[in-house]
Amino acid sequence: MASLNEFLFVSGLLFAIGLSGVIIRRNIIVIFMCLELMLAAASLTLVAFSRFHVHNGLPDYNGQVFVFFIITVAAAEVAVGLAIIVALYRARQTINVEDLTSMRG
Amino acid sequence: MDSFVPWLLLALPLLSAVTIHLGLKKNQAVSALVSTASAAVTLVLAIILLLQKENVSVAFNWISIGGFEGIKIGLDFDQLSRGMMLVVTGVGFLVHLFSLAYMKDDAAKARYFCGLSLFMFSMTGIVLASNFIMMFIFWELVGLSSYLLIGHWYEKASAADAAKKAFLTNRIGDFGFMIGILMLWQITGTMTFDGISQFFDGAHPKVLVPSLTMLSVSILLIFMGAMGKSAQAPLHVWLPDAMEGPTPVSALIHAATMVAAGVYMMARLYFAIGTETLEALWGLNTIAWIGGITSLLAALMATQQDDIKKILAYSTLSQLGYMVMAVGLLNPEAGMFHLFTHAWFKALLFLGSGAVIFACHHEQNIWKMGGLKKTMPITFMTFGIGTLALCGFPFITSGFWSKEQILEAALKNNTSLFVIAAFVALLTTFYMFRLFFIAFLGKSRSDNASHAKEVGPLMFVPLIILAVLALVSGFQPVAESIAPAYHHEGFHFGPAFIASVLAVLIGFGLAYKLYANAEKDPLADKGLFKVFRNKFYIDEAYAKIVGYGQDTVAAFVHFFDELIISGLIVGGFSRAAGGIGRIFGRLQSGNLQGYAVLFGLGVLLVIYLTVFVS
Amino acid sequence: MASFAFYLFALLAVSGGVLLVTFRNPVTSALCMVLSFVGLAGLFIGLNAYFVGIVQVLVYAGAIMVLFIFIIMLLDLNDEKPVKFKSSTLLAGVAIPLLLLAQILGVIQSGLQGEEAEFTKIDAETMKVSAAAFPEESAIHKSLSHEKSPKLPDTNLIGHTIFKSYNFPLQLMGALLLVATVGVVVLSKRSHTKAPTDS
Repeated sequence: MASLNEFLFVSGLLFAIGLSGVIIRRNIIVIFMCLELMLAAASLTLVAFSRFHVHNGLPDYNGQVFVFFIITVAAAEVAVGLAIIVALYRARQTINVEDLTSMRG
Repeated sequence: MDSFVPWLLLALPLLSAVTIHLGLKKNQAVSALVSTASAAVTLVLAIILLLQKENVSVAFNWISIGGFEGIKIGLDFDQLSRGMMLVVTGVGFLVHLFSLAYMKDDAAKARYFCGLSLFMFSMTGIVLASNFIMMFIFWELVGLSSYLLIGHWYEKASAADAAKKAFLTNRIGDFGFMIGILMLWQITGTMTFDGISQFFDGAHPKVLVPSLTMLSVSILLIFMGAMGKSAQAPLHVWLPDAMEGPTPVSALIHAATMVAAGVYMMARLYFAIGTETLEALWGLNTIAWIGGITSLLAALMATQQDDIKKILAYSTLSQLGYMVMAVGLLNPEAGMFHLFTHAWFKALLFLGSGAVIFACHHEQNIWKMGGLKKTMPITFMTFGIGTLALCGFPFITSGFWSKEQILEAALKNNTSLFVIAAFVALLTTFYMFRLFFIAFLGKSRSDNASHAKEVGPLMFVPLIILAVLALVSGFQPVAESIAPAYHHEGFHFGPAFIASVLAVLIGFGLAYKLYANAEKDPLADKGLFKVFRNKFYIDEAYAKIVGYGQDTVAAFVHFFDELIISGLIVGGFSRAAGGIGRIFGRLQSGNLQGYAVLFGLGVLLVIYLTVFVS
Repeated sequence: MASFAFYLFALLAVSGGVLLVTFRNPVTSALCMVLSFVGLAGLFIGLNAYFVGIVQVLVYAGAIMVLFIFIIMLLDLNDEKPVKFKSSTLLAGVAIPLLLLAQILGVIQSGLQGEEAEFTKIDAETMKVSAAAFPEESAIHKSLSHEKSPKLPDTNLIGHTIFKSYNFPLQLMGALLLVATVGVVVLSKRSHTKAPTDS
């Protein structure tokens, strides 16, 4: 069976990939997906810790509850975020972040 | 004696000023009465205190500074302050009375009487002050009230300028005064006159040798305050200009009381330090010389003035010079005695001139007067008495006795000063009779003068009272009982007497010859006299010096302001803020990816700091 | 075998992530995301977190991915224009994640030096022992101490934990979902005022 460190490494890898996607991509929807990937990577860490922290013969379910919450929040976030993107697209006719620079100082 | 009375003496004028200023501004007549009533009550109180002949001091602690002697507000009643109080309240009350008539039609009567009350309060404070701090405070307050009253007709640019000039010129003197006070504090460790007196009683002059120089410097600096207030050369320029104020104000402040405050203060100081110590000091001759020179310059300038008040102003300067000279010759008694007699007859002369000006519809040029002898007999008589007193007419006038003492003192100590003083006496007689002949005798030279009528009783009663005092206040029994300081020496038939009689005779003779029937000044614009007429061009010189100095300083300050303040400090800060703002503004690219990069870097930094460091 | 499954699913998740970032077409990217999440779900199941794994698939593949694709279709997006990526962005996008990864590796490395967490097996015997902590008539106890085929009742156990220890956060979560719903409705309404435009 794989060790905890391997799970953590995979999680870190996924997180790094997500971060690089956020930095590189210009399509705001793809950026959003990358964010989801980063969230999921964090979930993996939590589940791994949950499984490796056995208490009374059972995994530590606190971690899994946390993941459950993360998925719930992520769902709500996606709903709101996509609504914002649609509203943005209506206003600007673009979802390319390079064209959205009205916050320039 | 109840300690309540002294405080009442101080508080009444203040109360009156406050009441008028806060409540009675609209009610002109009542404010005039309130102010006059307060002056009357203070006069009565002063007379009561004078008759009791009791030395009283009352005081309370005002500021306590750890380790130091606290600063007190205290009132001292001794011979000096009692006599001076009589002068202040006496002249003050008569001036109030006179003002009731003189200022009858003034639109801002309430403000005027408020100013008078404030002045009475401040002057009482100076006279009764038991320490230098308190005296300094009231010293500034008389400056303020003088400023307010000179500028009473502030709509006139000349009055506003004169008020400003008086205030600013006094500032120069007060600066020295303050430093002098602080130095004296350093030397003696006390501020009260009693304390200073004890300090110098206990210490033999020799013990003080190291600090003798310091002491001399501090006295000279304190004298700077007196120079400002008593208008001694070279700070005399404000007094003639101060005549822009209402004439009763000139009589009270710029003739009888405030300008004498410098002499009074020096006398206080000299009495406190004691002659023995003073004789060990150096440089105090300067004071006598400044007094002598002031009296000479002022007398010379007075000979060529045409404005009746200006003539009297210069004569005041000259007489103040006498007093300062007496103080400088270590004879403050003589100075105070002259101050005492001078207060009465100079107030008389000013109020007399006020009556003339009032009768002639605010005509001040003596060449446009003339013939007032017939139309204004009471004013003529009283003014004549004042003139005689000022000239020091032998035996019957008060001015003779006090001037005699000063001349004696000068003769004893310094012959050249004696010559100056005698010459000034001659000039005094000359210019006073010039004024007298032109204004009162001969024919009227203008409509205003020919239509002049005798003034009402509210004006001539003060004149008569002052005339009586101008005659009798110099006699030994009177002076001994009421004068602030009087040192009876008896009458000597000697050079001083001969000089003063000769001065009167020659001065009178010259004036009679030149001006008895003159239509215009025969000496005008002739050589030296032109210089006198133009006041030795001192004002012009000051304007040049001050102007040049100001320009230089202003240029420097402008340079400093532009380069250091604007350029480096203000501008530098603003440029720095702007620059930093622009740098961070560049970070606000509005580019989401840029933010993501920064965010990622931030995360890296946080992890680095929390995990790898420490 | 178990190790093989781990590597398979890990590969699936990572490659899905990489493809998500690299594909130009957003629809393809969305599908790659699902691929990645399926891999993740496999990892979850391998960790005996059956419920979370299934929910991951259901929510992400079933709901969120559909939502993404729906929006992409709705907006009728073209491929990202083949503009060259700015080299500085590209560099930052590679370097920063690499640095982050290095840091994570560093943390793991420091963890290796200490005692490594042990992978405790969960089988019939251990489950019987842990069943003692639950009341006998409870479903958890029954499932854990089942004579023939004892199973780890992780759905029941998660529910047990949520309602026992995380009741208040659960309520908050409900409120959050409500707020999100309301927010989405408000955002989707066409406003009549003209939206500000980029100058």
